[in-house]
Amino acid sequence: MSRVASSRAALWQAAPLVVLLAVFFVLPLVLVVVVSVWDYNDYAILPDVTPRNYRDVFEGCLVALPELCVTFKTYLSTLKFCLMVWLSTLLIGFTVAYFLAFHVRSLGWQVVLFLVCTIPFWTSNVIRMISWIPLLGRNGVINQWLQQAGITDAPLEWLLFSDFSVLLAFVHLYTMFMIVPIFNSMTRIDRSLLEAAYDAGASGWQTLWNVVIPLCKPGIVIGSIFVVTIVMGDFVTIGVMGGQQIASIGKIISVQMSYLQFPLAAANAVILLAVVMMIIWAMTRAVDIRREL
Amino acid sequence: MQGVAVELIRVTKRYGAVTAVDAIDLRIPAGSYCCLLGPSGCGKTSTLRMIAGHEAIDDGDVRLGDTVVTHMPPARRGTAMMFQSYALFPHLSVVDNVAFSLKMKGVARDARRARAMEFLLLVAMEKYAERLPAQLSGGQQQRVALARALVTEPQVLLLDEPLSALDPFLRGRVRAELKRLQRELGISFIHVTHSQDEAMALADLVVVMNAGRIEQADTPRAVFDAPRSEFVARFIGGHNIVVTAAGKAAVRCDRLAVARGDEMPADGLGLAATVQAVEYQGSSVVLSLQEERHADLAAVMDDAIFFADPLQPGDRVTVRWRPGDAHRLD
Repeated sequence: MSRVASSRAALWQAAPLVVLLAVFFVLPLVLVVVVSVWDYNDYAILPDVTPRNYRDVFEGCLVALPELCVTFKTYLSTLKFCLMVWLSTLLIGFTVAYFLAFHVRSLGWQVVLFLVCTIPFWTSNVIRMISWIPLLGRNGVINQWLQQAGITDAPLEWLLFSDFSVLLAFVHLYTMFMIVPIFNSMTRIDRSLLEAAYDAGASGWQTLWNVVIPLCKPGIVIGSIFVVTIVMGDFVTIGVMGGQQIASIGKIISVQMSYLQFPLAAANAVILLAVVMMIIWAMTRAVDIRREL
Repeated sequence: MQGVAVELIRVTKRYGAVTAVDAIDLRIPAGSYCCLLGPSGCGKTSTLRMIAGHEAIDDGDVRLGDTVVTHMPPARRGTAMMFQSYALFPHLSVVDNVAFSLKMKGVARDARRARAMEFLLLVAMEKYAERLPAQLSGGQQQRVALARALVTEPQVLLLDEPLSALDPFLRGRVRAELKRLQRELGISFIHVTHSQDEAMALADLVVVMNAGRIEQADTPRAVFDAPRSEFVARFIGGHNIVVTAAGKAAVRCDRLAVARGDEMPADGLGLAATVQAVEYQGSSVVLSLQEERHADLAAVMDDAIFFADPLQPGDRVTVRWRPGDAHRLD
């Protein structure tokens, strides 16, 4: 086969994916960017090129400094959740992956335990969230038990519709996204490296810190990308578990869309995208994940 | 150096119902090069790993010098292991790999890197200090692994098939280098291999193992000259197993005298055989011979003697050996 013909064949082979990405990824993204510079009034959106939407997003933000405007506060709150969820899922995910990779010896058991981890995914996100409510509510199981046992006099208010319940739901929903890539990294670690560390006098913790964690970095970054992108854009979990009382960027965008302020929502989305891309860029700068792909 | 570096006392390893190492006793003198030789699955690697402390010992004891180390972790035994795959840390530079054990001991960064550089100098790898293992060739990785093991200043260096991953050309060179290092450092090397050439070339003490037992532990010359069992004779190679009146015996292939014609000598000691094949090997010629009771005799003849009267396949010959060349087998 000539080189021209073979390169043409390669193009054909790549075509389905290119079409798929173009229609479902590139096109919507371009539309969002385009709409974000359009104008709008109470009843119509008007094709235009105007910075108005971006100005509106940050309206009064610079003047108010050092006080934080609504946008900054919301970003801060979203980033705070992002950080807490990231830390919690990382800690739990790493521990679970470590257990599965290094303590469960047989492949059979690894598969079984992995399936156990996926059981929550057999129901929808919303059902998984809502099922926390009877447990954590004012008259929920935990509060009743605490009062009966005499540990508390009154129901604990911070259990539900609070930062705590949002964090809990996020961790519950997304830890699996940490476990899988970290586990994947761990299974690639040559066991003789752990023996070599032991031979060199490393304790268990020293081996963990000096050998296992550095070699798991690509998996940690991939899991982190999953978790960070999901949490930064979330509005359902924060809405349901926060009792519609906690602000998030996703929530702002969703509200603006419900008021048909599409250009404003699009501008917010573009800014959010830029922020998330910067976070991902920083993470991939720190760790080369190509090795893992 | 004097004394015994490593002593195994009825050391046993079981994997479930399988006994991998069966109550072996062995004394390895200090400052010697010892090769554990045997086919795969003979228990040689398990033995090495038990000496290293990477495998629990089910029964018996291991002593290093005067200390019983049976239940000690590797780092406290005074051993260091060089792994078959080298097991270099892929995320650490060459110098940090070598300095790893010093880091674990809490040696400060500059001090441990300086010390690591000394050992890289010893294996002529100082120019590659800042490279990652993946950027090195197999032979270079091996030198780094060697430096990493030696930096702990072990009394005994354990090498698990160190040459098996190298190409034949490199293997010869590294072999010579290992021997040189062992001499210079004056410590004991215990080297696991399935290659008899390697064991012959390197060892002061060859330990031939089979099915979890030691068949023979001796100098290479004694093992080759006087194999104690049929297994050793066959595994070392270069031997014929002949059946004599006193039982089985091993005779070296190059100690067989081959004469044309099937006239048996007067004393009756000898075999009448047919030449099956002739293989020219440069300085020698290998004859494959067939005899009634011995299907696969081989004789190695000096090329000058052979070509004075060349034999052809199908020729009838008589084969003789001196009684002193036949070593009885257990």
